[in-house]
Amino acid sequence: MRSLIKHIVKRFAYSLFTIFLIATITFFLMNLVPGGPFLSEKNLSPQITEVMNDKYGLNEPVIIQYKNYMIKLAQGDLGVSIINKGRDINDIIYEKFLISAKVGFITIVLAITIGIAMGVVAAISKGKLVDRLLTIFSTLGMAVPNFVIATALLIIFGVKLRILPTYGLSSSAHFILPVLTLAFYPMAYIARLLRTTMLDVLDQDYIRTARSKGLSEFQVLVKHGLRNAITPIITYLGPMIAYILTGSFVVEKIFSIPGLGGEFIGSINGRDYPMIMGTTIFLATIMVSMNFIVDILYKVIDPRIELN
Amino acid sequence: MNSCILDIRDLEISFFTQAGEIKAVNNISLQLKDGEVLGIVGESGSGKSVASYSIMGLIAEPGKIVNGNIRFNNHTIETMGKKELQKIRGKEVSIVFQDPNTSLNPLLSIGSQLIEVIIRHTNKTKKEAKERAVELLGLVGMNEVDKRLKQYPYEFSGGMLQRVMIAIALACEPKLLIADEATTALDATIQAQILELLLQIKKKNSMSIIMITHDFSVIANICEKVAVMYAGRIIEYGKTEDILYNPKHQYTMGLLKATPNINSHIHEKLVPIKGSPVDLLNPPLGCPFAPRCEKCMKICLRSMPKNKVISDDHYTACWLLEKKLWS
Repeated sequence: MRSLIKHIVKRFAYSLFTIFLIATITFFLMNLVPGGPFLSEKNLSPQITEVMNDKYGLNEPVIIQYKNYMIKLAQGDLGVSIINKGRDINDIIYEKFLISAKVGFITIVLAITIGIAMGVVAAISKGKLVDRLLTIFSTLGMAVPNFVIATALLIIFGVKLRILPTYGLSSSAHFILPVLTLAFYPMAYIARLLRTTMLDVLDQDYIRTARSKGLSEFQVLVKHGLRNAITPIITYLGPMIAYILTGSFVVEKIFSIPGLGGEFIGSINGRDYPMIMGTTIFLATIMVSMNFIVDILYKVIDPRIELN
Repeated sequence: MNSCILDIRDLEISFFTQAGEIKAVNNISLQLKDGEVLGIVGESGSGKSVASYSIMGLIAEPGKIVNGNIRFNNHTIETMGKKELQKIRGKEVSIVFQDPNTSLNPLLSIGSQLIEVIIRHTNKTKKEAKERAVELLGLVGMNEVDKRLKQYPYEFSGGMLQRVMIAIALACEPKLLIADEATTALDATIQAQILELLLQIKKKNSMSIIMITHDFSVIANICEKVAVMYAGRIIEYGKTEDILYNPKHQYTMGLLKATPNINSHIHEKLVPIKGSPVDLLNPPLGCPFAPRCEKCMKICLRSMPKNKVISDDHYTACWLLEKKLWS
């Protein structure tokens, strides 16, 4: 238990450092990109641009801007958006993240449950028709890009059959198409990965032992099989959950979902410097926390793993 | 009394692989009485494991029972469904596998692997099952049992794990225990302890044991009867004394000659059996051992000899013995 706490503290420090590094790199890279937040507004006189740059501190040397930003960041303040005039970045991220996370959460639950079920079924029916169909499905799911899937779903369910809404998130039916689009890849990936590891595990001696004890097929497959086969899936889940929770730009664009993914790309195009920093740091934080959770989960699943 | 717990008749098991049919078990018959200890010897691939797994209905794809029947404790194993088999596995018949290091689930505690089989086959509550688990680990000679229950396989030595395997196998007091090379992976001292333990429990519970091994010292120590298997057949069967001191089949003699004897006064050389085991994909027409047999005759290559009864409970299948009868 003490080693666990020590480990958590250590990992936490590492995580903070990682986020600090990402913030620093992003800050300087961002400033290397030509252009500025006010270039897109056509008829701005040079004087006004100058005043605006002054207002947002953009005339200072980059290193001073960096220092000022970091001091505010340390206090948890991500600053104010330049494009969405006067709005706190913290508020924008919070609001947009809730939208993306809602879609993302349903996607993750769907991808994990169906993906695991498909992987197990494929493994136990190895070589049979079901297995082959599932293999075709998962290969397609991994190979076809999500904008193609989205378009196909839109044409089938939105245009031809006219049974599902195609944009926005105003009712629960609106979630179906974006969630399906997003879930395709992770579902296929989990199914494929789990099929392989499950086949390997089912060949192990302890599975034979479990059968010889007269346990039910469910106990053998889940308690003894799945538990041993799940570790690679957990590894994949960390970054996967982080990506999906923070929203996909493509899918949000296609289905007109006002989420964080769209906001992120928009901020880069508009050179909304504080917004770029805010979304990047937020994404990094989610990613780092997910990896942190995965690390702890390993230990929960496999007692042999030493946390060092 | 002394009724048959196990009666195998004309059993044939084949594995249907892409290369063709492999006859792993070829026409074996075997009876085992209540409380009897039977040893099955033979080299790797002789079908001893497959034959004994079939008693539990544990033959996995692409293996199949092609012919014959297995009566165990009033069940007809070969016709039983999955669910029915699950009810007797671990309860009426249990097995201890060869390698304890890989035969226990690395992610589950010893306790949970022991308790699950008790809960599966009895009406005990979790608490009662745990008490039984404590009792069982004590029975197989473990101390600090409460602590042990919470530990995981990686925290145990091989000998300790094999004790756990035995505790699991004995949890529901089975009528028959199959020990598939249960002591092969262990060092000699631990092996002796485990054999001693098995004998004690056998006496206490009047349990029958099938010892699968290629170690004659194990046979000599605990078995009453021995079946010698070669290429899926039982080529000689008899009381342990008969097999050890009066072997009739050339293969049995060869096996014994290839076994070191600590008590011999002369410096005997170990004589290996020349050649290699038969290809079960293309089994020979005659006696499977004939190509390696020093006393091979023409007829040996042409047809399979029938079982010849030597004395009570001792029979073998060899043309050499038929010849003696003719002369």
